[in-house]
Amino acid sequence: MALQLDVITPERRLLSEQADSVTVPGRGGELGILPGHTPLISELQTGVLSYTQGPTTRRLLVSGGFVEVNDDRVSVLADLAEFPEEVDAARARTEREEAERRLGAFTGTPEELADLRAQLDRADTRLQLAAGDAAR
Amino acid sequence: MANLLDIRRRIKSVKNTQQITKAMKMVSAAKLRRAQERAVSSRPFATKMAEVLTDLASHAGEDFHHPLLDPRGNERYLLVLVTADKGLAGAFNANLIKAAQSFMREHAGQTVELLAVGRKGRDFFRRRPVEIVGEYIGLTGKGRVEHAEALEVARDILRRFTEDEGLDKVFVIFNEFRSVISQRVVVEQILPVSRAEDEAPESADDARPQTFVDYIYEQPPAEIFSRLLPRLVETQVYRALLESVASEQGARMTAMDSASKNAGELIQSLTLNMNRIRQASITREIIEIVSGAAAL
Repeated sequence: MALQLDVITPERRLLSEQADSVTVPGRGGELGILPGHTPLISELQTGVLSYTQGPTTRRLLVSGGFVEVNDDRVSVLADLAEFPEEVDAARARTEREEAERRLGAFTGTPEELADLRAQLDRADTRLQLAAGDAAR
Repeated sequence: MANLLDIRRRIKSVKNTQQITKAMKMVSAAKLRRAQERAVSSRPFATKMAEVLTDLASHAGEDFHHPLLDPRGNERYLLVLVTADKGLAGAFNANLIKAAQSFMREHAGQTVELLAVGRKGRDFFRRRPVEIVGEYIGLTGKGRVEHAEALEVARDILRRFTEDEGLDKVFVIFNEFRSVISQRVVVEQILPVSRAEDEAPESADDARPQTFVDYIYEQPPAEIFSRLLPRLVETQVYRALLESVASEQGARMTAMDSASKNAGELIQSLTLNMNRIRQASITREIIEIVSGAAAL
C-alpha cells in the first residue's frame, strides 16, 4: 500500500484510499501507475479506472477531467465518477440506444456530435462496468 | 383601552405567525445542513484545480494565448447577480442588490448588463433601466444546486463571452457563506481569467513553500491548459451557486429565528395587557355588585 488515491468530482470526494497500483484511462491510452512514478499530469477520457489493494481489484467509472501524479499521490479530478454499484445498467442501455439512434441520423453542429459521442462512450463504459461487476 | 376580544384575536394571529416562522426556521435548518455539506464537499476539487492550473500556467509559457485569458477593453461588463428566488431571508437579497447597484454606480462609465440568477434580483432590476440579458429562475429554490444546472449557467456565460468580442469583463456577485449567522457579499471577476501572476500574493501567504514539481505532461501543457480554463469558470460558478444557497438558508434561518423570538415577546406583552384588562373588568364588576348591594 504505497499510493494514496483520491478521486474527486465537483460534487463530492468519491474515494480517498491507499492502493498498490492504479490504472487510469488517459487521453493517450491506459496509464498504469505504481509507487515511485514520476510526477505526471494527463487528461482523462471516459473509461474504467481500476486500482488494486493486495489481492483485490476495484473498478470505477470516470469521465473527463485529469489526473495528477506526484510524490506517490494520485489525484483524479473527474467531471463524473461512479462506483459499479451505482451504475444503472438498464438506464445505460436505453441511453446507449438513444445515442446510437441520434447518431444514425445526425445533422447537428460539431459540438452536439461530440456531446453525443461522449454520451455513447459513457453508456458503453457503464455497461462494461456493470457486466464486469455482475460476472465477479 | 382596547377591548378584551380584540386583544385575544391579536394574540391568536401572532401565534399563527409564530408557528409559520418556526416551521420555516426548521425547514431552513435542515436545508442549510445539506447545502453546507455540498459546499464543503465541492472544495477539494476547486482547490486541486487551482493548484494544477497555477502549475500549468507557469509551463504554458508567456506567449500562450487563449480567448478566456487575454485582457480585453474596458467598455462593457456582464454582471452575474446570484440572488435567492424567495424573500423572508433578512437582508440577504437586499445586500446583494445594494452591492450590484453600487457596482453599477462605480462603473457608470461602462455599460453593465445583467444576468440574473434568482428571482429577487431580476424582479428588482426589471423595473430599472438596466438591460437584463438573461435569467435563471428556480435554480436555487429547492435549496440545492445540481452540478449540471451550474454547468448550464457557466456554459451560457462562456458562450456569451467567446461569441461577443465586445464583452470585456464578467463579474459575479454572490453571498459567500461564512457561518450560519454571517454572509459576506463578494464581487468577483471571473472572465477573463486572471493570469497566475496576479494571484501571486495569495499563494505567497501559503505556509507551504511553492515546491516546483517537474511534471511529465501527457499532452502539451498549453493544450491541457486551454481545456482546463473553461472548467475553471464552471467550477467558480458552481461554487458561487453553492455558497449562495448555503448563505440563503443560513440567512433565512436567522431571520426566522429572530421573527419567532419577536413574536414570542409580542405574545407575552399582549397577554400581560389582556390579563390586566380582564382583572380590571372583574374588579369593576365586583365593585358594581358590592356598591349595588350596599345601596339596598
